[in-house]
Amino acid sequence: MQPKEIAALLDEPACAHNTKSKSGCARPKPGASAGGCAFDGAQIALLPIADVAHIVHGPIACAGSSWDNRGTRSTGPTLYRIGMTTDLTEQDVIMGRSEKRLFHSIKQAIDSYAPAAVFVYNTCVPALVGDDVEAVCKAAVEKWGVPVVPVDGAGFYGTKNLGNRIAGESMVKHVIGTREPDPLPEGSERPGIKVHDVNLIGEYNIAGELWHVLPLLDELGLRVLCTLSGDARFREVQTMHRAEANMMVCSKAMVNVARKLEQKYGTLWFEGSFYGVRDVSQALRDFARLIGDPDLSARTEQVIAREEAKADALLQPWRERLDGRRALLYTGGVKSWSIISALQDLGLKVVATGTNKSTEEDKARIRELMGPEVKMLDEGSPRALLDTVRDYQADILIAGGRNMYTALKARIPFLDINQEREFGYAGYAGMAELARQLALTIENPIWPALRKPAPWEEVAS
Amino acid sequence: MSVTVLKRNKALTVNPLKTSQPVGATLAFLGLSRAMPLMHGSQGCTAFAKVMFVRHFREPIPLQTTAMDQVSTVMGADDNVVEALKTVFSKNKPQLIGLMTTGLAETQGADIRRAVKQFRELHPEFDDRCVVPVETPDYVGGFESGFALAVKSMVETIVPESNRVGLRQRQVNVLAGAHLTPGDVETLKEMIEAFDLRPVVLPDIADSLDGHLTQDDFTPHTVGGTPLSDIQLMGESIATLVIGRALHGVADALNARTGVPDYRFDHLLGIDAVDNFVTALSLIAERPVPERLRRRRAQLQDAMVDSHFMIGLRRCAVAAEPDQLLALTELLQGIGAEVVAAVAPSRGPALEALQLDEVKIGDLEDLEQAACERHAELLLGNSHLGQSAKRLGLPLQRIGFPLYDLVGGYQRAAVGYRGTRQLLFDLANLMLEHGEHEIAPYRSIYAQKRD
Repeated sequence: MQPKEIAALLDEPACAHNTKSKSGCARPKPGASAGGCAFDGAQIALLPIADVAHIVHGPIACAGSSWDNRGTRSTGPTLYRIGMTTDLTEQDVIMGRSEKRLFHSIKQAIDSYAPAAVFVYNTCVPALVGDDVEAVCKAAVEKWGVPVVPVDGAGFYGTKNLGNRIAGESMVKHVIGTREPDPLPEGSERPGIKVHDVNLIGEYNIAGELWHVLPLLDELGLRVLCTLSGDARFREVQTMHRAEANMMVCSKAMVNVARKLEQKYGTLWFEGSFYGVRDVSQALRDFARLIGDPDLSARTEQVIAREEAKADALLQPWRERLDGRRALLYTGGVKSWSIISALQDLGLKVVATGTNKSTEEDKARIRELMGPEVKMLDEGSPRALLDTVRDYQADILIAGGRNMYTALKARIPFLDINQEREFGYAGYAGMAELARQLALTIENPIWPALRKPAPWEEVAS
Repeated sequence: MSVTVLKRNKALTVNPLKTSQPVGATLAFLGLSRAMPLMHGSQGCTAFAKVMFVRHFREPIPLQTTAMDQVSTVMGADDNVVEALKTVFSKNKPQLIGLMTTGLAETQGADIRRAVKQFRELHPEFDDRCVVPVETPDYVGGFESGFALAVKSMVETIVPESNRVGLRQRQVNVLAGAHLTPGDVETLKEMIEAFDLRPVVLPDIADSLDGHLTQDDFTPHTVGGTPLSDIQLMGESIATLVIGRALHGVADALNARTGVPDYRFDHLLGIDAVDNFVTALSLIAERPVPERLRRRRAQLQDAMVDSHFMIGLRRCAVAAEPDQLLALTELLQGIGAEVVAAVAPSRGPALEALQLDEVKIGDLEDLEQAACERHAELLLGNSHLGQSAKRLGLPLQRIGFPLYDLVGGYQRAAVGYRGTRQLLFDLANLMLEHGEHEIAPYRSIYAQKRD
């Protein structure tokens, strides 16, 4: 990828802190960096597309350490869980055989797995030796007639966030708009309900949590043309240009997709979240607002009233148990504000939150939710996290899996909130699961047992 | 019988078995005390490896990166190495940094040894700390070879050349292979200690990755592991025990530097292998075999009797790094089972010793296909085989790396008399659980039954 293309991706007018030094785009510090690379970001953004053969073009470490490690679910094909890589050897690199290997790899993937499409993820080594991945993909399409999409996000191009954008850009450039949506399935139309087409961008269906939300959208007559990319199919991505409204779900990372779809096709979009009762309701309202169908608005309010009452009854016993508990939240990006409102709905007090990867807009929303004195953690080092837990007397640390064992080693209750987790928290129904998981760990009798000294030590002192 | 090693014969690797050299090297460095592994590459190399280690060990894993970006990738990243070493030493305060290269750094042409020299010139304030450099591009070798390269560099960097063999009469060195778990190494140490010997294990992952809660809530480097001072004194031991063929190069290097005589073992799984090991210990220690070990041996014999009914004649498919592949194959063959498919992710010296017609250098797709074609009844391999096992409807004995869908996989011991016994029990139970001994009901076409 050319430097100017990367620069163009870094310049994101829809991102509020575009003008100042961008936290997501700052140069990493050698010896004191955490987090993934552009390849990581590109791969996780698209991997949930279930019927695509995802080929990682590079030597083994890129795929070898990362394949099949996401909690994203599919209702059908499981092709996305098959790890594929060109597994380049020293000879390939020295003799310049890597392009050839890629070409044959694409054929092998098509022959063995009959994928709806092949995505080729570039990585550091081939990017450095100058493989023309785009040309190989083009040649493969001509030869075998299956869509082959290059995703040129080598690790050293930049951060995970940039990788997300590169992935989104690839979809806009190569896939979206290449097919018209199917007619509505027979029998799906209900009298008096006009069906509107929408997209969910940046929803990954972790642990199947999208399935908590989808029935409500169905009920309202909102047809999700495509979820980018949880439980998506290639043919769905192709039709994303026909939506009447797009929702950016909890992640600014693919904001370039929403913005470009607005530029190219005039699709209005909003940013929302499916975490927490208030936010789910807000998201449903925002759809109705953007689509501008008064009947939809009325029906949306009915559904919200019904679901909120239901959720309220369901959550009441949990609220009694969790009320007043103090949480420290450390997650990347926007999840911080979306989860905050979910936790507040449950009666927890969020005493501090991480803002390492948050945008200025995210931070503003956090202040709005938590008041101006909120403690924002810019640095996510384990030491800083543990100190904050102590200083703010938090009952639980809520963070990504990578920090999980840091907390557990320090005998602090923990809840995993990132992509590797096994429980879905989205939607009204997901809230009960979130509450259950919180209570499960906070109230667990192991914590006092772990903090208590051994009996013989007590006798000694 | 000499085994045919079938080379990779397809362009695309599907469901990789191979992890990578930097990952293997990282594991080795995690077995040193107060250490921090540092990968010279882009951030993702480190992030991916870290996530995998965290999922396997369910522990916080210290691991840092030189964070090569676009500019340093093109213009040279030696400065990143110097800066990273300085940052890690001053911020995380480890005693030792294991500096590994990646495919990216090697393709670029990085010279980390020169960069370390430059670091030494610029930062004499860290002269009391140790840097162990190792070249581990991921487009060569794999987990096992990366581990071996790292251990070799530890020996070459830390162990001084000396002529003081046996100065410490009860001290033995142990070069512990990549296929050993913390549970394995712990068992190994207990066996050696039973002979009144003091083992210096390199690397000692039993002391650092055994999963224990400590008084400190957080430490930025490894807690436990082989202390630097112990490694420096390896030349004064009376013997070196080498576990795994992949470490023969390391053993040669250690022997050349110190003259300490070594005893080499392919693995410690199965009664014969353990017998050889115990005999050697008895010889080195000049002590009889303790009663406790004799009893365990008798227990293993009993377990072999009990479990051979379930495991005997079973057709097994095994995917593992070469040293582990050899260990498992010999164990299975030793109890009358048949290894009908064997896949290794990359070459290793242990493959030559396999008593099989062929072994494939390949991936889990290869194993799955071979298992299917040759009607395997039991799979052995890492957690990634879970998907294949499901598709094939076969039981899977999880063993190797990574084990992410198993709690406590890292502490399972499959060495020694007791470890062998446990693995045999586990295999037998798997077969019982999945056994389809029941005869399908059949009703005669002439039956007069009316229900």
